[in-house]
Amino acid sequence: MTVALSGKEIATKIEERFPGSVVKSSPDSLVVKSEFLLDVATFLKTTPDLDFDYLTAITAIDYYDRFEVVYQLTSIKHNHSLMVKTHCYGRDNLSLPSVVGLWRGADFQEREIYDLMGISFDGHPNMKRIVLWEGFEGHPLRKDYGT
Amino acid sequence: MEVAREHIYSDADLDRVEGNQIEALKAHSQQPFPDPDEWLDEKLERNILLITVDAALNWARRSSLWPAICFPACCAFELIAANASRFDLSRFGMEILRASPRQADLMITAGTLTWKMAPQVRRIYDQMAEPKWVIAMGACAISGGIFTSSYSVVPGYNRIIPIDVYVPGCPPRPEALIYGIRMLHSKIARRSLGTEAK
Repeated sequence: MTVALSGKEIATKIEERFPGSVVKSSPDSLVVKSEFLLDVATFLKTTPDLDFDYLTAITAIDYYDRFEVVYQLTSIKHNHSLMVKTHCYGRDNLSLPSVVGLWRGADFQEREIYDLMGISFDGHPNMKRIVLWEGFEGHPLRKDYGT
Repeated sequence: MEVAREHIYSDADLDRVEGNQIEALKAHSQQPFPDPDEWLDEKLERNILLITVDAALNWARRSSLWPAICFPACCAFELIAANASRFDLSRFGMEILRASPRQADLMITAGTLTWKMAPQVRRIYDQMAEPKWVIAMGACAISGGIFTSSYSVVPGYNRIIPIDVYVPGCPPRPEALIYGIRMLHSKIARRSLGTEAK
């Protein structure tokens, strides 16, 4: 079975390479600052013994004071997984770096998050709505939608 | 233990047996079976019907409905069940579903419709040849169902296309769908060339 790596242990490795990049970590997951997201993602994908070659899923959660974007990574080579999160503050003009360049599977999922949560991804090759139509008002999976 | 790898009969033996069978059938088949056709002359008067044009046309139309494939969601499975052997829609002359709307005259709207999909449904309806009919199948097709207040769901197909028969249920059982189709049959039976009103 796939082994879930400890967020704390991986956070230590990331901190050695990028000091100040990890906000917090727990046995389940770790949270990185959004400006370090692309560096950390590249590090996780390319470092031997980590080799996170597969992006299982991206999702986003609205906590009112912030959006949390969750990346679930898997290494098919080593059969282990890791949950990486990042935070996005505010309600308007939100943006995060896109990871499409690392994992092509992020393409539709980042568009879905843009469509339903309103977080734009910089560097995405086709950043537009995916399930709703052009001209739709708002982002319906936000907690304050329709209130 | 030694296993026999060869066939019991050689290929040459099998070919010879097959050849003998063909020769025997050919030898017994030199004359065609007789096609007696006296019954055609004797019973011609029994094959003449007197009927109004309306009745004949409506009978032909309702007895051979061709549904278009337009099933956006889960009601489709009840429709598929109705089509398959257990409920056997072919009893009513309509087991074939057409992928081309130009070959169809009935749309069974089996499933939730989103606004993003709505233009495609309208296009399929527009491409169907006249005369054409629509059965709204299930709660979503009638009113949007449990999704009626959603930002993305059309609250009833009758916002997009005119409906002839509504079949309630979530989803309707195949019996309910067949009952709706029978109602559509009786609706078609009341058409008249004089008015061409649905």
